[in-house]
Amino acid sequence: MLGVLLLIVPIAAAIAVCFVPLRLVRGFALIASLATTGIATAAAIEFGGWGIGGWGLEFSRELLPQFGITFTLGADSVSMMLVLLTALLMPLAILGSFTAVTERTREYYAWLLVLTAAMTGVFLARDLLVFYICFEFTLVPMYFLIAIYGSTNRTWASIKFFIYTFLGSLLALVGFLYVAWASAEHSGAWSFSIPTLTAFASNAMTSTEQAWVLLALMAGFAVKIPLFPVHTWLPLAHTEAPTAGSVILAGVLLKLGTYGLYRFVLPMVPAAVVEWAPFIAVLSIIGILYAALICWVQTDVKKLVAYSSVSHLGFCVLGLFALNPLGLQGSVLYMINHGLSTGALFFLIGMMYERYHTRDMGEVGGLAKKMPVWSTFMVFFVLASVGLPGLNGFVSEFLCLLGAFVAGDTGAYPGVLGPWFAAIAAIGMVLAAMYLLIMVGKIVFGPLREPAGDHGPLPADLSIREIVVLVPLAIGCILLGVQPDIAIDAMSGAIADTLAAFPELVTNSAETIVSAGGMP
Amino acid sequence: MIDRLWFLLPELVMLGGAIACAIVGLSHAAGIRRTLPVIVILTLVAACAASTAVYDASSLESALGEGAVALPWLGRAVIPMVALIGTVLVLVQAGFVDRGYESAVGAGKLRFDPLRSARGEYYAFFLLSLAGLMLTCAAPDLIWLFLALELTSLPTYIMVAIGRSERRSQEAAMKYFFLGAMAAAIFLFGFALLYGATGTMELTAMKDVLVARAAETGSIGSLATLGLLITIIGVGFKLAAAPMHLYAPDVYEGAAAPVTAFIAFVPKAGGAVAIMLLLSITGWAGEGGSLPSAVLVTLWIMSVLTMTLGNIGALLQSNVKRMLAYSSISHSGYILIGIIAGPGAGFAAVLIYLLAYGLGNTATFSVLASLRRGGEEVERIEDLAGLRERQPGLAWVMAISAGSLLGFPPLLGFWGKLLLFIAGVVSGHLVLVIIAGINSGISAWYYLRLVALPLTGSATGSSRAVEGRREVGPRVAGVFACILLIGLPLLLEPMLNEADDAVRDVDAMRSEMTAADDSSEPVG
Repeated sequence: MLGVLLLIVPIAAAIAVCFVPLRLVRGFALIASLATTGIATAAAIEFGGWGIGGWGLEFSRELLPQFGITFTLGADSVSMMLVLLTALLMPLAILGSFTAVTERTREYYAWLLVLTAAMTGVFLARDLLVFYICFEFTLVPMYFLIAIYGSTNRTWASIKFFIYTFLGSLLALVGFLYVAWASAEHSGAWSFSIPTLTAFASNAMTSTEQAWVLLALMAGFAVKIPLFPVHTWLPLAHTEAPTAGSVILAGVLLKLGTYGLYRFVLPMVPAAVVEWAPFIAVLSIIGILYAALICWVQTDVKKLVAYSSVSHLGFCVLGLFALNPLGLQGSVLYMINHGLSTGALFFLIGMMYERYHTRDMGEVGGLAKKMPVWSTFMVFFVLASVGLPGLNGFVSEFLCLLGAFVAGDTGAYPGVLGPWFAAIAAIGMVLAAMYLLIMVGKIVFGPLREPAGDHGPLPADLSIREIVVLVPLAIGCILLGVQPDIAIDAMSGAIADTLAAFPELVTNSAETIVSAGGMP
Repeated sequence: MIDRLWFLLPELVMLGGAIACAIVGLSHAAGIRRTLPVIVILTLVAACAASTAVYDASSLESALGEGAVALPWLGRAVIPMVALIGTVLVLVQAGFVDRGYESAVGAGKLRFDPLRSARGEYYAFFLLSLAGLMLTCAAPDLIWLFLALELTSLPTYIMVAIGRSERRSQEAAMKYFFLGAMAAAIFLFGFALLYGATGTMELTAMKDVLVARAAETGSIGSLATLGLLITIIGVGFKLAAAPMHLYAPDVYEGAAAPVTAFIAFVPKAGGAVAIMLLLSITGWAGEGGSLPSAVLVTLWIMSVLTMTLGNIGALLQSNVKRMLAYSSISHSGYILIGIIAGPGAGFAAVLIYLLAYGLGNTATFSVLASLRRGGEEVERIEDLAGLRERQPGLAWVMAISAGSLLGFPPLLGFWGKLLLFIAGVVSGHLVLVIIAGINSGISAWYYLRLVALPLTGSATGSSRAVEGRREVGPRVAGVFACILLIGLPLLLEPMLNEADDAVRDVDAMRSEMTAADDSSEPVG
């Protein structure tokens, strides 16, 4: 029931926002999103699946019995963590927009609240169509957030964002429908339940069929992640989106793609995954390096952080396709860490932009003298993002690489990647340190350069409200940096469930290759 | 024969309503003339009520008796749907026919002249065309089918012409009429070949002949195949399906927006129903319950061409009505997927999709019908920019209906498309469904403009001159349609049950009835 509340409360609040007096809108939206966070926390406490795997928070209602479509919710520990990440980021995003958004505020907060519900719905869905509907529906609020509140090139950015992701997910839908139909043929009854379809597809479909389904699902999820070469919508959308939009886009929306890989691609089509993992890993490594190199030459800080997301998410995908617990733990942790640190970076850039109305590194510099508090946070989150040991980014990046590295061994979890994949991807870490530190060097340190222009009502350095936005994220970064095993232990059961089919499949495929007499 | 007449009750009600409209329209009192839309709505409600009385379990036996329709219960779903969309459509028409003349009469500048007024006739034709659509569902033979289709179409030619006194409208009406006549000739030719191949006009008898022939020789014979192909292409004109789609953009653009809303739905629904009935003569006796391969391949190619040409055409338009015309072509392509998928899941999906399409499309046109720029209709898409600043309600109606036409969850259009896709996958046409998926992606481009310009754009020079019209009818229609688009998904389960029921084959229903009789006899 708490799961349903998590969807209903933000939507009801979004409708209510449209009728609240204008001066109360911000406060009302904040309270509503805090209420959602409260419910999410209660749900996390009630949730019984921490560490042991399996589903919690279940709720079910029939929707279209003719095709076995139900409104079923439920969470495993990984989805619960992502729900918590969403619940953490949303109030901050709302609080962070208080001064930035001055026009059409009602709609703005309404869309943010709708977005909360849609994203939570994606993580909680246990019926394929509920998943698909929420997955698609996240596009609408985000589209309006970019198209109405974005900067100069917003129309094109929002359209490109919408069409890329819409087309991708339609192809994924066709893949899903194919699986559902094949399962109905097999068992005689329609069902769109994720566990049922997963069990069917992973056991009863041939590897050729699985490969086609993999292709369809990747079309949907790779765009969302975004994986090279379908990443081109992201930098544009990020640069044009308002601050809160960028924060949510980087913090949660991109994770819908990697969550899709975790929830569907790995468990549903394992045979095809084993076959194609090296290919996808190569794509993600190209993405890591290519986006990192692009970051290096950026002068627009927001674009730089946007491209760094492409690079970072590449690590996340690499970890997933390592097919062992290390890689998966790293990957899931990466989803959360990236949400915290990159979300914070977008907040910081937004705060700078509100004051100077530019994001160009050539025009702004040496802000440590003018904005010491801001600069402290900036350096902190950049270090978290680069992967400084002791902060969160390090653990997840390291686990992803380690997972890829050992994926060639023949232990309990043999994989199909190997040391080479990890070694080449590791160059991305070096590049990340370079471009992010260069950015810090330019805008935080060095001689003070500021464009003329007024700060409006904002103080020169951060206000209390802005600090309140950043502190929870900083605490999260330290906590997950020092004590990552809380999260790792909590997700271990769910990860073991997801990986259940792989050891055998990988061994079998290796044997087939050997018996076929040599190289594939 | 007398029991069969009972099944025409809804159509007779419609005919009565049409006559009433034609008479009331002649009244000198403006107040009485103003009741015309009310009469239309009452007629539609009465027809709907009549259909529930007619298509009742008690009349099942006579429905399945001699001269049965291939899909005997089709009217049970189609007539209420037509009544519902007809109600929305008539609200869109409110006040637009003879607008200038009526206001001149109202202002006392002119005396009312019954010979010059077209309002009454217009509503009468409106009802007659809908009656034609209802009759199409009940067609047991080719003659009936032909007459019903023509009854659907002929009034629309006149409606296009009298809708507004512009040259473009007259041109559109002529074009529509001549091409429509040509299409009628084509499918009549097909009918003749079918008659030649089977020696009967009755669809069910035709099916028996062709199924027997297929069982004997392995095919339904080249003459019957050719006849069916020609018929399908001819009926494709009603659907605006490629290669008979080219008239649509010109006609839709030339006609006044409320008329366009009408002709974008009613003839199309008639075409879809007619194709469903016509294909029943093959008995779906091919491999795995499919069509004979020549027919299947033709429909497949038609479907792909229709949706692709429609979507690509729509991308290139700057005129909203032309854009919607091309988009309505692409919807015919999607509908053909359901028709290819066949009786059962496919046809049921077609019915749900028609409902979603009809509501969504009518809502978009209701927005155009509520706006004007100077004395003219709003036609350029840029004119919608920043609509929400002055007409927030209309901007939202446009956005929601475009979203539904695009098939965006959770609106009704999404469920319609989903059911079509499921039907396509189930019948083994995965490639077709993938092509449709890509096409939906393409259509996002232009539907998004209909969402984006009114809601997120800001008014430009020309769009600032756009203002709302005085009539409330179209606005009510738009809002009502949007409520349905959002709310009807909640009723999807009973709707789908009803649709499944409606597309049951006559043979299946006969054997069910026999089985029910057998099991009930010992008790009685």
